[in-house]
Amino acid sequence: MKKLISFGLAILLTTFSFSQNATVKGVVKFVGEAPKPRLISMKADRQCDAIHGGKSVTAEDFVVNPNGTLKWVFVYVKEGVKGKYNPPSEPVVLDQQGCWYHPRVFGIMVGQKLEIRNSDPLLHNVHATPKKNKPFNIGQPVKGMKTYQTFSTPEVMVPFKCDVHPWMSAYAGVLDHPFFSVSNDKGEFEIKNLPPGTYTIEAWHEKLGTLTQTVTVKPGETKQIEFTFERKGKK
Amino acid sequence: MSEKQSKFHGGLLIFFFLVGIIATLWIVIRNGWWLPELASEHGAVIDRIFITILVISGILFILSEFALSFFVFKYAGSSERKAFYLPGNTRKEILWSIIPGTLVVVLLEVSAEFLGGASLWGKLHGEVPKDAFLVEITGEQFAWNLRYPGPDGKFGRTDPKLISPDNPLGIDISDENAEDDIVFPAGQGIMYLPLDKPVVMLIRSKDVLHSPFLPNFRVKQDAVPGMTTRAWFVPKKAGEYELACAELCGLGHYRMKLPVIVAPEEEVKEWLSQQTPAVDLYY
Repeated sequence: MKKLISFGLAILLTTFSFSQNATVKGVVKFVGEAPKPRLISMKADRQCDAIHGGKSVTAEDFVVNPNGTLKWVFVYVKEGVKGKYNPPSEPVVLDQQGCWYHPRVFGIMVGQKLEIRNSDPLLHNVHATPKKNKPFNIGQPVKGMKTYQTFSTPEVMVPFKCDVHPWMSAYAGVLDHPFFSVSNDKGEFEIKNLPPGTYTIEAWHEKLGTLTQTVTVKPGETKQIEFTFERKGKK
Repeated sequence: MSEKQSKFHGGLLIFFFLVGIIATLWIVIRNGWWLPELASEHGAVIDRIFITILVISGILFILSEFALSFFVFKYAGSSERKAFYLPGNTRKEILWSIIPGTLVVVLLEVSAEFLGGASLWGKLHGEVPKDAFLVEITGEQFAWNLRYPGPDGKFGRTDPKLISPDNPLGIDISDENAEDDIVFPAGQGIMYLPLDKPVVMLIRSKDVLHSPFLPNFRVKQDAVPGMTTRAWFVPKKAGEYELACAELCGLGHYRMKLPVIVAPEEEVKEWLSQQTPAVDLYY
């Protein structure tokens, strides 16, 4: 009976603590004239070109979704997180497929494993060029190869490139907490389980820079926010 | 050394001379002709000069080499003869300097005057055709950046101070000529060239000496840091070719290749119109 009561209490406590946590969600909008999507030809590497049937691939550095929102924007809590968070045990996967990085932009926690996969039957090298973390450069000549890496310091963003295929590029946001998200093909992002408090939230876009805003969330609240990127300098 | 050994060595010289010739012929017969498929207008003149010089010097080579090995064999060291000292002979020395010298001048004159070498040189290094198709190629360790001038036909200003990972050529986007430029960062471009139209390549380098080499078009011109060099030619055959670096520029030298496509002009224009102008890349 005692056990049952304590078990029940535990369940109650967890649900209570979860319901206390807030969610910040929203969309990343884009205002202005969308740039013409850049076409990448892989003719420089016959094998890559053959994978895509000789067709060009559209670059992902500036993706404006059909609904006028932006894809691949890294939204994260920049300031205001208290306490320590342990990284999840499952790794984040960075896949190289069709001479392309999947995904383009992702978040990862300090100490969390990054699994770098080569799904192509050809040589790739993964060259990460962080400023605060230790840079690495690994060759992956064989299909199915996996390499694991971790980062030791928060850093937004860590660029990845492939020296064999100059068009390949990806970015990782390394944080010491799990409060980050990447906008999808509807421009939506969602940061869950945020303890109540006041936070500075930043949105990072590889071409358009960053935007920040301060948000205060109450227990159990779902706060809707919005970022609007504008294209600068267009005459 | 015994007489037998001397004869044997003389024989070896003839033997390897003949083996060398046979091996060369065999390689040519097996792999096809030395030069890659010709695809440019002026290349025919270059090939003609190349082949003429090859034939003349080839004949001279075979004659002199055969004479050398024959005499070494015929007059191999013998116990019956005694070696003697040959003093210098000024007249003979002058003669054997003048004869080959004259031959070289004759060869030069033949290729320059009778095979069209001089006029071709003048044409390639003189004025470029006015309505030419422009492409700028910039070497860096270890890939080629490409730039097309866009519909206005003018390249925008560049400034080394503006060079960044995002703007590898340092394009100054405040220059209105730069807005429609089409830029391909190192290793991401294709050299798309119109058929039967003069193409002017403006050649630059960001670091060390490079040299864009188009074997099929018989074009090779150094890329010199701080300078814009130039080469022009008329592509005469549609197809896919390759540009290579012909100046050892470092460890990745072998990787400096660029796909080249020659297609009818409309197709090239169509392709260019699908590309992203600089104004949509740098701001």
